[in-house]
Amino acid sequence: MALPTTPIENPKSFGASKRWTLPNKYKLFLMALPFLVTTFIFYYLPISGWIYAFYDFTPGIPLSDTPYVGLKWFKSIAQNQTQMEEVLRVLKNTVAMSTLGIITSVFPVAFAILLSEIKSSWFRKIVQTLTTIPNFISWILVYALAFTLFSVDNGVVNTILIKLGFIDEGINFLATNSNIWLTMIAWYWWKSLGWGAILYLAAITGIDQELYEAAEVDGANRFRKIWHITVPGIIPTFFVLLVLSIGNFINNGVDQYFAFQNAMNKDSIEVLDLYVYNIAFANNFPFATAVSMLKSVVSVMLLFMANTLSKVVRGESII
Amino acid sequence: MRKKSKHSTSGIAFQAINYTLFGLFTLTCIYPFYYLFINTISSNDLSAAGYITFYPREIHFDNYANVLKINGLAQAAYVSIYRTVVGTLLTVGASAFLGYLFTKKEMWLRKVWYRMLIVTMYFSAGLIPWYITMNNLGLTNNYLAYILPTIITPFNIILVKTFIEALPPSLEESAAIDGAGYLKIFGSIIVPLITPILATITIFSAVTQWNSFIDTAFLMTDTKYYTLQFLLWRYLNESASLAALIRNSQDMAASMQHMQTPGSVRMTVTMIVVFPILIIYPFFQRFFVKGILIGAVKG
Repeated sequence: MALPTTPIENPKSFGASKRWTLPNKYKLFLMALPFLVTTFIFYYLPISGWIYAFYDFTPGIPLSDTPYVGLKWFKSIAQNQTQMEEVLRVLKNTVAMSTLGIITSVFPVAFAILLSEIKSSWFRKIVQTLTTIPNFISWILVYALAFTLFSVDNGVVNTILIKLGFIDEGINFLATNSNIWLTMIAWYWWKSLGWGAILYLAAITGIDQELYEAAEVDGANRFRKIWHITVPGIIPTFFVLLVLSIGNFINNGVDQYFAFQNAMNKDSIEVLDLYVYNIAFANNFPFATAVSMLKSVVSVMLLFMANTLSKVVRGESII
Repeated sequence: MRKKSKHSTSGIAFQAINYTLFGLFTLTCIYPFYYLFINTISSNDLSAAGYITFYPREIHFDNYANVLKINGLAQAAYVSIYRTVVGTLLTVGASAFLGYLFTKKEMWLRKVWYRMLIVTMYFSAGLIPWYITMNNLGLTNNYLAYILPTIITPFNIILVKTFIEALPPSLEESAAIDGAGYLKIFGSIIVPLITPILATITIFSAVTQWNSFIDTAFLMTDTKYYTLQFLLWRYLNESASLAALIRNSQDMAASMQHMQTPGSVRMTVTMIVVFPILIIYPFFQRFFVKGILIGAVKG
């Protein structure tokens, strides 16, 4: 009585023998259990670490021996002038990078549209293959390439600029605080443009060719065809990615900024994710946790907002 | 009557500009790799003076032969290979099996568990709480830290589940009627059918593992756990210690013709770390594309 019976539509699971066997629904659950436990440990258990934001915790001393300080660390974010300025600076960098990212998210769209206008299929294939490679190397490697190409005394960029007479002596491009946002977004698209265009290229392939033929009969030129057929065909894809990037507005990720940061450019490169990392490494764990926690909460709120937006505009949720 | 724009002047101009733009961008994407490569095989003096720009000069391969003599590099290569191979095998196996289990509608509370898994793609506790947890689990200065947290990768599981759901159900049903259990069906019917998607996630995971470095920065203080990526980052940022390392390894190879410089070591290590990716990439490009498309369909 207590155990639910196996559904009738599944008679084979009883097999030949009549002895009691574990119902399939639990058998499946037990097989998945070790993996569910792993998921719990590595994705859910860390949430318990939020408790450290309420203690005067220093690494090495057990939590039971550290004083409970309530909201001290949260208040400290906005407590004094210097701290305020620092947080505002970091927020400014975060907003700038995310906004630049959203504005330039039309790049892969343009890339896909223009590439699909190229008739020669081998040229298309080569472009697609080679421009996707940078996506698969780490940000450390990107930085290593940048380091060599832009090095002051023997990097190819400075050598050429000097030879052409644009500059007299090498510029240290990587150790400067000016234009860092633009440099970062440029590197980002160098790495991601080819890869980012793949989804749009697939969407363009999915467009009914008869639409183009019909438009041609009506005398539409290339730009009219792009505007009235190609663009509407890829707008749904663009919208989904746009909404996701709104959900990720304060999550810039740490990899790129970690790789490119140095003492010279720190003021402009420190986005929220990198800031959390840096203060943790200055051994201020509770403060880093507090900032981390606020970030997670805001980030989930943004995601729900983005999801609602998607439901209202497209009648479809993205999560 | 039909106006063929590709024959008009503006059409030709458009094509010319289009080809040029794509040609230039493509060159920008691969020239850095080429530039680094020709510099590692050219005379180190010429390279240091900035003379190697478009083609190699005084070709030699000493840099590659000598760079592995540098203290710690062979160990880092071993760690990188270890995490890539073991980590990938485990996550592919787990994703295949769990993806299969999640296609079984009769699983107890299936939807709850599946949601619990998917939500983790959009939510994280944050870097520091994660670090503290890893620390409490004893996963600092521990090889397991590289492979355990990546075993469950929700995106991979979605890919497998979607792929299995698109297979004709009749194959599995006939096996079930023959009395085969879940494990038997998974091993003998499902796995052979899902090899394309398993190849895709193998490549995704291998590249991710090979490229990871933030976890090393966080979790490892003992140099024996350093990966190639992390060591390269150190070389880029600590010129002084790199120069000292080179001096040490140089004594052992006093006879060598080409003296290593911090620049040559950095470039050679970069090339060594890039090579595996450049080599596998052309073969697996189609898998990448397939992966992102299936992923996109499912959101």
